[in-house]
Amino acid sequence: MGAVAAETLNSRLFHIEAVLLYDNRIHTSKYNILTFLPINLFEQFQRVANAYFLFLLILQLIPEISSLTWFTTIVPLILVITMTAVKDATDDYFRHKSDNQVNNRQSEVLLDGRLQNEKWMNVKVGDIVKLENNQFVAADLLLLSSSEPHGLCYIETAELDGETNLKVRHALSVTSELGADISRLARFDGIVVCEAPNNKLDRFSGVLAWKGSKHALTNQKLILRGCALRNTSWCFGMVVFAGPDTKLMQNSGKTKFKRTSIDRLMNTLVLWIFGFLVCLGIILAIGNSFWENEVGGQFRAFLFWNEGEKNSIFSGFLTFWSYIIILNTVVPISLYVSVEVIRLGHSYFINWDRKMYYSGKATPAEARTTTLNEELGQIEYVFSDKTGTLTQNIMTFKKCSINGKIYGEKHDEVSEKKEMAKGEKPVDFSVRSQAKRTCQFFDHSLMESIQMGDPKVHEFFRLLALCHTVMSEETSAGQLIYQVQSPDEGALVTAAKNCGFVFKSRTPETITIEELGTLVTYQLLAFLDFNNVRKRMSVIVRNPAGQIKLYSKGADTVLFERLHSSNENLPSVTFDHLSEFSGEGLRTLAIAYRDLDDKYFKEWHKMLEDANTAAEERDERICELYEEIERDLMLLGATAVEDKLQEGVIETVTNLSLANIKVWILTGDKQETAINIGYACNLLTDDMNDVLVIAGNTAAEVREELRTAKELLFGRSQHILDSQVLREKQQPLELKSVAAEDSVTGDYALVINGHSLAYALESDMKNGLLELACMCRAVVCCRVTPLQKAQVVELVKKYRNAVTLAIGDGANDVSMIKSAHIGVGISGQEGLQAVLASDYSFAQFRYLQRLLFVHGRWSYLRMCKFLCYFFYKNFAFTLVHFWFGFFCGFSAQTVYDQWFITLFNIVYTSLPVLAMGIFDQDVNDQNSMDCPQLYEPGQLNLLFNKRTFFICVAHGIYTSLVLFFIPYGALYNMAAEDGQHMADYQSFAVTMATSLVFVVSVQIALDTSYWTVINHVFIWGSVATYFSILFTMHSNGIFGIFPNHFPFVGNARQCLSQKYIWLVILLATVVSVMPVVAFRFLKMELYPTLSDQIRHWQKAQRKTRPPRSRRPQTRRLSSRRSGYAFAHQEGYGELITSGKNMRAKAPPPTSGLENMPDSSPSRMENVWKKTTDAASGFGQDIPVKL
Amino acid sequence: MTWSAAARGAHQPDNTAFTQQRLPAWQPLLSAGITLPLFFCAGLAFIGLGLGLYYSSNGIKELEYDYTGNPGTGNCSVCAALGEGRAPPPKCSCAWYFSLPELFPGPVYLYYELSNFYQNNRRYGVSRDDAQLSGLQSALRHPANECAPYQFSAAGLPIAPCGAIANSLFNDTFSLWHQRRPGGPYEEVQLDRTAIAWWTDYHVKFRNPPLVNGSLALAFRGTAPPPNWHRPVYELSPDPNNTGFVNQDFVVWMRTAALPTFRKLYARIRQGDYTAGLPRGAYRVNISYNYPVRAFGGHKLIIFSNISWMGGKNPFLGIAYLVVGSLCILVGFVMLVVYIRYQDQNDDDDDDDE
Repeated sequence: MGAVAAETLNSRLFHIEAVLLYDNRIHTSKYNILTFLPINLFEQFQRVANAYFLFLLILQLIPEISSLTWFTTIVPLILVITMTAVKDATDDYFRHKSDNQVNNRQSEVLLDGRLQNEKWMNVKVGDIVKLENNQFVAADLLLLSSSEPHGLCYIETAELDGETNLKVRHALSVTSELGADISRLARFDGIVVCEAPNNKLDRFSGVLAWKGSKHALTNQKLILRGCALRNTSWCFGMVVFAGPDTKLMQNSGKTKFKRTSIDRLMNTLVLWIFGFLVCLGIILAIGNSFWENEVGGQFRAFLFWNEGEKNSIFSGFLTFWSYIIILNTVVPISLYVSVEVIRLGHSYFINWDRKMYYSGKATPAEARTTTLNEELGQIEYVFSDKTGTLTQNIMTFKKCSINGKIYGEKHDEVSEKKEMAKGEKPVDFSVRSQAKRTCQFFDHSLMESIQMGDPKVHEFFRLLALCHTVMSEETSAGQLIYQVQSPDEGALVTAAKNCGFVFKSRTPETITIEELGTLVTYQLLAFLDFNNVRKRMSVIVRNPAGQIKLYSKGADTVLFERLHSSNENLPSVTFDHLSEFSGEGLRTLAIAYRDLDDKYFKEWHKMLEDANTAAEERDERICELYEEIERDLMLLGATAVEDKLQEGVIETVTNLSLANIKVWILTGDKQETAINIGYACNLLTDDMNDVLVIAGNTAAEVREELRTAKELLFGRSQHILDSQVLREKQQPLELKSVAAEDSVTGDYALVINGHSLAYALESDMKNGLLELACMCRAVVCCRVTPLQKAQVVELVKKYRNAVTLAIGDGANDVSMIKSAHIGVGISGQEGLQAVLASDYSFAQFRYLQRLLFVHGRWSYLRMCKFLCYFFYKNFAFTLVHFWFGFFCGFSAQTVYDQWFITLFNIVYTSLPVLAMGIFDQDVNDQNSMDCPQLYEPGQLNLLFNKRTFFICVAHGIYTSLVLFFIPYGALYNMAAEDGQHMADYQSFAVTMATSLVFVVSVQIALDTSYWTVINHVFIWGSVATYFSILFTMHSNGIFGIFPNHFPFVGNARQCLSQKYIWLVILLATVVSVMPVVAFRFLKMELYPTLSDQIRHWQKAQRKTRPPRSRRPQTRRLSSRRSGYAFAHQEGYGELITSGKNMRAKAPPPTSGLENMPDSSPSRMENVWKKTTDAASGFGQDIPVKL
Repeated sequence: MTWSAAARGAHQPDNTAFTQQRLPAWQPLLSAGITLPLFFCAGLAFIGLGLGLYYSSNGIKELEYDYTGNPGTGNCSVCAALGEGRAPPPKCSCAWYFSLPELFPGPVYLYYELSNFYQNNRRYGVSRDDAQLSGLQSALRHPANECAPYQFSAAGLPIAPCGAIANSLFNDTFSLWHQRRPGGPYEEVQLDRTAIAWWTDYHVKFRNPPLVNGSLALAFRGTAPPPNWHRPVYELSPDPNNTGFVNQDFVVWMRTAALPTFRKLYARIRQGDYTAGLPRGAYRVNISYNYPVRAFGGHKLIIFSNISWMGGKNPFLGIAYLVVGSLCILVGFVMLVVYIRYQDQNDDDDDDDE
């Protein structure tokens, strides 16, 4: 059994037992049964609101101050705290459950000399674990041996960093000899000394001491928890870090707590209200001091109240606190809880929405955060990743041009239409099904040409089958599986396969393909790999006939320069074809070959070998040699691969821009590809005046480019604006300066690459860039690093003060998703990183439209209506006390029964407003989708802002005035029908409370625009509940039990049997509500909003459909040159030629490999570094959420 | 976190009207078809109601007299001056003479009104023990703390009824005398002092403690009367049904008023010749003046009033209804005009849009 020691920074060695304390059990839960109550309560009272109410409760216990009995605060407080506690407990329960699920997974552990199944949580540091293909790794393992030669194993790190391409791990050669020999493995007694647990995914350093020698350990030897084993039938590893020490868990940092702008506004308003409350308290306290001085003193003396010693100032001070208690309901305790409940409801609606459920991957939409919903209705900027978000990351071989003839055209349109018509179609192409589709797309003329034996066509496909870096694997069922590094290549090889040129297998020196049924083995003589400068790759092969051929594929611009002059007019024809292809948004490659004669090649090869062994300027020399041989090429044709857009992307992007949402594409792709996709998804259009490209390589260049771009923009926009003003006479002239920005936006697009962005994001150019970018309708940032993505988002967030949304699918989008106000992850992909970091996730980009226009809009609308009503209601409810203060000697006497105060917010009026906040809709979902302009009020913050808040408050104050002074006037010196009391305090209280319940119920009825059964039940139910509780509490029975707590006995009966009281209630209700009705009616007639109009239309049985915004259907017919179909990573070329990844059945390893086993790790590392270039640079700051 | 691939369709949300937010709903709109008739109808109805209320309130007769006794305001000023600064004030009585030229239609109610008297002051209003007043033995012996400083007497006996409200019981009494013929003798008019309190107050809220040996006095033994009172609670009235906590004057007083100016029913006149009201003639009200109010600037009034279908005299509600009704109609017209003008314009706009 092995042993592991961790080395701390001061190099002290932990003893093994100390480390063993951590088993592999993970805890993401916060509480257990015993700690729940104290910890949860402690957390809850840390919140300001709860602490405030606790403070009030304590105030109420002081008899001199207590103006309300203790239960008026404690009942709501307990209710609120219980609800929160229940929610926390449920959340934690699910965390426990998922912890348990993970902890109880099985893995095979070598115990007592044999393999036993063990739960994950029981795996300990130092254990030796056996992994099988496709299993997930339970802990961070040191790879000991594997089924593959040289102790290689392949892993997929999708759970860790979202990358789905395979990575290679490589065991130490000493341990790989152990193989699957259980007895030897069981005796393994190496000691690992390594760095302390940390969260750096791409770094590991340690030393293995075994059999008296020490071996350095790097990240290459480590398989991290969360990875999955692929293409490797088994491997053994020793646990180095377990449980919370694993890199995955070390990365699961706490997510940044996001708040919505409404939240922030609400907090500000609550502070204002506190200020207002204190002001009211001070006014009333001063009033009390005066009253005590003028009236109260004598009044008390008359009553023989021995309080002469208490002065009026002190009385005022006490009164201040008493009024703080009474008036605290302006900031109701239930506000925050209600907001949470509403948001939770909205989140469930998102989860439940079948229109955002993607059947292809069985993925429903998921609101992973329940606190941001209403912000979805306020988005101004959308930052989108490209690959996997806008596009499917599936490449389809669409067309080709061979020897001046285009194939694959006729069926194209038909299938396109079919696709459109099918609507919801499975997009779950595996490589194989994709292949079948490709075949369908091909027209018969191509098949015929192949059958006829057209040599050019054959050569074309032979080239496709030979010139690539694809690895093949044959399953037991005889199916070929291609391990592709970039999907482009996969598409090409698969296309060749479908046309009868099947790539079968490769060794470092041969490539075997099946040409129309016959197996042909080519000798691979040289492999001229792809890189970004060369923009092409070539292979030099010797065919069975002994001819040496160079096959090359690459970017058209590069290849065309190297063509032989004998090509005549084929290049120009092909060039036209290429333009045509790229005009359709396809990615193109030019294909060429060259016949080499033996002698020339030998010379060249010798020079190459010399160059390879050269000590200095090795790369340059190799590069020159490559240049040397890749010339005088004969053009074969061109391929066109479609980077398939996800369904509905065009419509979604169009509608987003119609809703005035600016869409920025941030992608790691090349400029050409990015622009192409921009065109394909209609973000860039040909009718734009200009596409400004910023692609400088130095700070000065970038600055200059930005400056000229801006000049261009301003110069022309000014001109355009003038003509616009002339045309549109009704536009006032002063608009010129204000609208400068808007008038520009329609016409320009900005494309900036990562290099330039790095300079442009520096502080001095930042603002210029932002200014420029915000004036353009579309912005495309290409070749940006994940960090830059986040920087761009931060820039807009900070300086534009706009609500941003970032959407992406990969690990490289995580930083962007985390820094935007709202992060959306595309789920259903293999990598989970983006989804785990996101606030919302769904499977298809097009659902974004529904998320924003339907759910976001509704959430915003509902939340705003809710808040308006809530503030209104509480002001109306509470301020009555203020007015009453002037008539009761500022004595902090409440107007209502204490029980009414207790129950008003939580029982009598909570449910109708909750129902409105959860279910209300002004316009149905279809119209919300059809009419993106409806989205604008949210962006402009129109429905709830400081202004509307003041209107609500004014409305509340007005209502409180009505509620107090109408009963005051009506009951002043009034006698009942039988001549008895009617103006007594208790009747007054009941009259006012009943009026209040009616007024707020009618008001909510007015505010509710979508009366479902639930609304009916809640609204009518609330009024009914009020009366039943009223009569119960005023009944003889309950008085008999608690005479001191229910002193209102018989009051409801006496009071509400009077016609006069009902007339008072009716008048108060009508006077409070009628102005609102009139105001709303006039507003709707004079300044109808779009939503009002659509509601009218909806009402009119949809005789007139709302103005549908049609997107331009025409396909772009421009002559833009597309990019070329390569991933921008370097290929597996080196790995292939070195033969390291070849199976045992392959010919014995080349001598070179045997000669230098020590250098192999470093070479491997090089390859690995290259392949993961994009991700590893920032790997260390990817937190993982579990 | 899901690690295993889910079966197809496993996570598909339910297709119910609720989850898909398609619940059938009534979507009311403030359309002209509803709003305008609403305003006009409400306006008309309110004007009608307002007229009714106004006239019935106006039809009510009221006769009031301020007997506070500020200097130079009738013969009660003597009593007022006498009681100045002395507590308890000495017994004193005064009278109010008035004559009715015509019948004061019945039933006639006699009220007393106090002004500037803050029965709604919180410290005053809480100073009572409803448990004690409901006849609970335990509360009788241990009055609630809210009653302080009228919880226990100086001798340490529990005060019954405790608290400031009870202590400040209104103790002026009135009797009404009628002179049928000028120069003739004054005959006392019977004042009905029963059923002036709410039924629930008299029967439920206020109960005497259980009698001890059939005696109310024994039941109250060991308690002290409030310091302002001249006699214990069980001697408030000789009528056994009207004494102790259920004394109707006391019950009426204990139902505290909402506003600092308030009226409380003292008696009703409905017996003998006076069932139809007070016939014309000269009247005298004898007032035993005990209750000092001038110290805090209060006023005391006697009011004779009759009652309409909706209660006492208060023109406010009628006027308010008239005003609101008129406003409704006015606003209704404004809205109608706006509607007609802008409806056309909106239609035009719509045409433009299309």
